[in-house]
Amino acid sequence: MIQPSNIEVDREKGNFHYPTSKYAFDAGVGLSDDVIKYISDVKKEQDWILDFRLKAHSIFQKKPMPTHWASKDLHNIDFDVIRYYLAQGQQPSRTWDEVPEDIKNTFERLGIPEQERKFLAGVEAQFDSEAAYSRMKEDLEKEGVIFVGSTEGLRDYPEIFKKWFGKVIPSSDNKFSALNSAVFSGGSFIYVPPGVKLAQPLQAYFRINAENFGQFERTLIIADEGSEITYMEGCTAPKFETSTLHSAVVELVALKGAKIQYITVQNWSNNVFNLVTKRAMAEEEAEVRWIDCNIGSRLTMKYPGVVLRGRKARGEVLSIALANDGQHQDTGAKMVHAASETSSNVIAKSVSIGHGRSSYRGLVQIPGHLKYCKNNTECDALLINNDSQTDTYPAISIQGDDNSVQHEASVSKVSAEQIFYMQQRGLNQSEAMSLYVNGFVNDLIREFPMEYSVELKRLIDLEMEGSVG
Amino acid sequence: MSSLKIENLSASVGDENILNNLNFNLPKGEVHAIMGPNGSGKSTLSKVLAGHPDYKISEGSAQLNDTELLGLTPDEISRLGLFLAFQYPIEVPGVSIANFIRAALQSRLPEGENFKAVDFYKELYQKMDELKMDRAFTSRSMNEGFSGGEKKRCEILQMSMLNPKYCILDETDSGLDIDALRIVSEGVNRMRGSNRGILVITHYQRLLDYIVPDKVHVMWEGRIVRTGNKELALELEEKGYDWIKEEVATA
Repeated sequence: MIQPSNIEVDREKGNFHYPTSKYAFDAGVGLSDDVIKYISDVKKEQDWILDFRLKAHSIFQKKPMPTHWASKDLHNIDFDVIRYYLAQGQQPSRTWDEVPEDIKNTFERLGIPEQERKFLAGVEAQFDSEAAYSRMKEDLEKEGVIFVGSTEGLRDYPEIFKKWFGKVIPSSDNKFSALNSAVFSGGSFIYVPPGVKLAQPLQAYFRINAENFGQFERTLIIADEGSEITYMEGCTAPKFETSTLHSAVVELVALKGAKIQYITVQNWSNNVFNLVTKRAMAEEEAEVRWIDCNIGSRLTMKYPGVVLRGRKARGEVLSIALANDGQHQDTGAKMVHAASETSSNVIAKSVSIGHGRSSYRGLVQIPGHLKYCKNNTECDALLINNDSQTDTYPAISIQGDDNSVQHEASVSKVSAEQIFYMQQRGLNQSEAMSLYVNGFVNDLIREFPMEYSVELKRLIDLEMEGSVG
Repeated sequence: MSSLKIENLSASVGDENILNNLNFNLPKGEVHAIMGPNGSGKSTLSKVLAGHPDYKISEGSAQLNDTELLGLTPDEISRLGLFLAFQYPIEVPGVSIANFIRAALQSRLPEGENFKAVDFYKELYQKMDELKMDRAFTSRSMNEGFSGGEKKRCEILQMSMLNPKYCILDETDSGLDIDALRIVSEGVNRMRGSNRGILVITHYQRLLDYIVPDKVHVMWEGRIVRTGNKELALELEEKGYDWIKEEVATA
């Protein structure tokens, strides 16, 4: 048994905790078949979903922790003290007026400006495990776009979602996808009909608000033939006294010629285990792009993937990770080529600050019977302090003469002369470091939508404070 | 008194003494040149004044308009109004010239005052035109892949945007062809004025044909051994440094 390490948590940073009154439904702590039945019952789910959950629970119990390759810190998760379901017992709200006052306060604190809400094509904000506020613009509905929570999606539109639910990421994929499949609640289910191209990104803001409450949201996005969608998720976690588990499953399905762009900016507090499985399926000529930015958390394990199933499908992962003191960002990408003429691109940049550690794990598979497949992988690590750490684990399996793969990796440090140069122009050490880090990730940040890149810059500045000297 | 005034300054790096009891005064409104052979301590002087952490000051003082510089951090010194144009400008990957200068200006902005982006670009473009820099350069990463001449122009661009009280140009002429030398010198000359002191550090007299100094100092073994008018530079050009070394040795 590994003892929990003493991690210095800056308890003022990300202190977004707001007391909430009573939780109408509470499954208690610990995980059992009874808890799962209770969750399913509260959600008034059909039997097949309960069966799916129970089966996943038994897979979860059988699967060992992946500590033969992953961080031993995983052993410090105590599954018996986690709360697996919690909701305020309210239906997702349709109008802003119906949103409870304390939740509005939380939004204020998270800094989602009133004006910005108006521009959001449809906001689904997850408060604890149920969507507290879910609203779609009328024109979206008119075009036949479905944008609901997971419970509603499976209940009201089984003919659309059941076919793909749990297919891109089976429960048995890994221990945490099994856990999520057993206890999932919240998340977004989205369907975009053929040919519909959404000009505005869909956004979800969500957060965790109860101590020891694991958040297990489930997202499934289906982009039908020739459609286009951008989805953005951002998280700002409140502080906690003890470790918290976040374990999401996100499945994307891009049918023929469809385009999906999935953007994540995460800023977890330093005690969160963030163990997320994200995978997409891309059919012929479809394009899937994951843009992923991970800041904070105690341990993040996340390797967004694309299975390129159809000819000329294209997959891309652009990721930025910032690992500060007491944090381990274990991130990467998976590109599974399963058809000829498919291409994939991975650009990963990590910044390790203080005692922070970042790891890159990349998997690229191109079997020999395929022709004209291409992969490009670039991973760049920046170390800020002498104690900062980075490591890379590429797993590239490529066969066949007509396929090509390109892999570049670099590790760099900020030199004292660079800092002196910037200081000579008037920037103090921490401003200089921020500017340098922003420069390092600049080409990727340009890919983010405007409001996210501004927020990211602010988050980087915050992370760099006190990193030097 | 408004001047950059150095008294009895001694500094070392590692075990090596580089500046030995150096005295020097640059009054506001004047242009001075420091010349000297390699290893005489010219570049060290510029770095010590800018607050480089590698140098240890054993004694003396350096005052900018009566404010002591020694002991301050490089950014504090910069914000007091001392600008150093580097002999070898440093690359800052991914940070564009525009964003770099903007960040430097913002670090000087009084609390509560907003940065005026439109005015900034107007001024930046005007100064780039004067230095014959392509406007597309604003989005290039700081000094990354720049030619020697481009780097030096970029130093002068920063200098003119930051509006310093005192400028030190460390071997700005090195690596410049004759056209670039002229353009860069014109940029420096535009900054001459009654409110600013400029110190030009150079090996060669050539630069001083373009930037004509009010005074020329000769540096040797970490101190100023001779001071004269601009003709002193011509004399050095003609006779080399050896006669000065001999004079110092026999003195």
